[in-house]
Amino acid sequence: MRFLGAIATALLVVGAVGAAEIPLAERRSGYSFMKPDTKTMQDDDTANPGMLWVLNGETLWNRKTSAADKACADCHGNARASMKGVAARYPAFDKATGRPIDLEQRINSCRTNHQQATPLPFESRELLSLTAFVARQSQGAPIETGADPQLAPFVAKGRELYMQRQGQLNLGCANCHDDNWDKRLAGAAITQGHPTGYPLYRLEWQSLGSLQRRLRACITGIRAQAHDYGAPELVELELYLMSRARGMAMEAPAVRP
Amino acid sequence: MASALINVPAKAKRGDIIEIKTLMSHIMESGYRHKASGEAVPRDIITSFTCHFNGAEIFRADLFPAIAANPFFSFFTTATESGKFEFEWIGDKGFSETASASISVE
Ligand code: HEC
Ligand code: HEC
Repeated sequence: MRFLGAIATALLVVGAVGAAEIPLAERRSGYSFMKPDTKTMQDDDTANPGMLWVLNGETLWNRKTSAADKACADCHGNARASMKGVAARYPAFDKATGRPIDLEQRINSCRTNHQQATPLPFESRELLSLTAFVARQSQGAPIETGADPQLAPFVAKGRELYMQRQGQLNLGCANCHDDNWDKRLAGAAITQGHPTGYPLYRLEWQSLGSLQRRLRACITGIRAQAHDYGAPELVELELYLMSRARGMAMEAPAVRP
Repeated sequence: MASALINVPAKAKRGDIIEIKTLMSHIMESGYRHKASGEAVPRDIITSFTCHFNGAEIFRADLFPAIAANPFFSFFTTATESGKFEFEWIGDKGFSETASASISVE
């Protein structure tokens, strides 16, 4: 994202053509844009650093917490069965708040409502670990997010945010990820911006990070004010991206440059 | 935080060349960075990694600040006999982690 300034002018002109959605047959995960050694790192469970968080998540899954003295496992049993395909349906509609919530928020609502524990901070090691462990159980499953009709108005809001130009560079997500995904931004492939691999290990971060962290990085990159973690706008963007990627295979924990 | 991921084949034939892979969770803070306040972030890295097989050292590496977080090592050895690989990571601030894995050689 450091090189954004250099291409801003070019994109402002090219982007004026307007966003055409990517046809189904042409949808490509960020994985397919990576170099062979980065792909190998993702594919090999003993070389993929994201697996360190998955393992840690498994420990936390089985650990009893706080006043309720209940572990995730006490209610949900073996995650390999109970959490299979779950991450491929998030963000999902939450009846209590009447809004979509993402997987991190879902896990935190179990912590507060069912474990009488404090919610874990966004991007904390614990929340990333639990999310990575739950998401890992959907590896290979096709994304199904957005099927629930109650989500329709929120998907529409997410799409609006995705199309809308913003920031000092006056760019919308679509200007890069729909109109210019076959091009490069200095050294980096722009990619189609699919959320298939989260939480994922980004080499630049030297850490696992959430989809919200990735989105905040893109928003900061176009020199706009990034929404706070957990903000409705970020969840709506996540929701739109997931429904836009419907049918693509889940990869968490992926690796990205 | 679960710390090590080890990949050693469970079985091998005598004379086979086998690959050993290890991944260790560590921030590898270089000591060259500064906080927004200007204060230096103290160095916190792994400084040494060793692998012993049945008590004898078969691999050693020294690590330096330029090595990325969560260091990954892959190396090869010849399977000679059944036994146990013992891995050790040592670093700043008293960091010390061990792991082991067994192999049966026919
Ligand atoms: C006391 C029982 C209990 C505990 C403990 C608990 N949960 Fe839940 N969980 C539920 C129930 C009940 C639901 C269904 C939705 C609801 O009513 O909240 C649920 C739903 C979920 C879902 C969404 C499933 C779906 O199909 O959409 C996820 C993910 C989840 N829990 C993860 C966790 C994690 C991770 C932990 C531990 C940090 C945990 N839960 C602890 C009872 C529990
Ligand atoms: C100026 C071009 C540009 C704009 C505008 C932009 N991005 Fe990105 N985005 C990138 C680049 C470049 C990457 C890849 C960085 C890398 O991994 O090296 C990326 C990565 C992503 C990814 C990660 C994909 C993966 O495979 O993990 C997502 C998701 C994403 N962007 C969403 C968005 C959203 C949502 C917006 C609007 C708020 C946005 N981007 C705006 C350039 C842009």
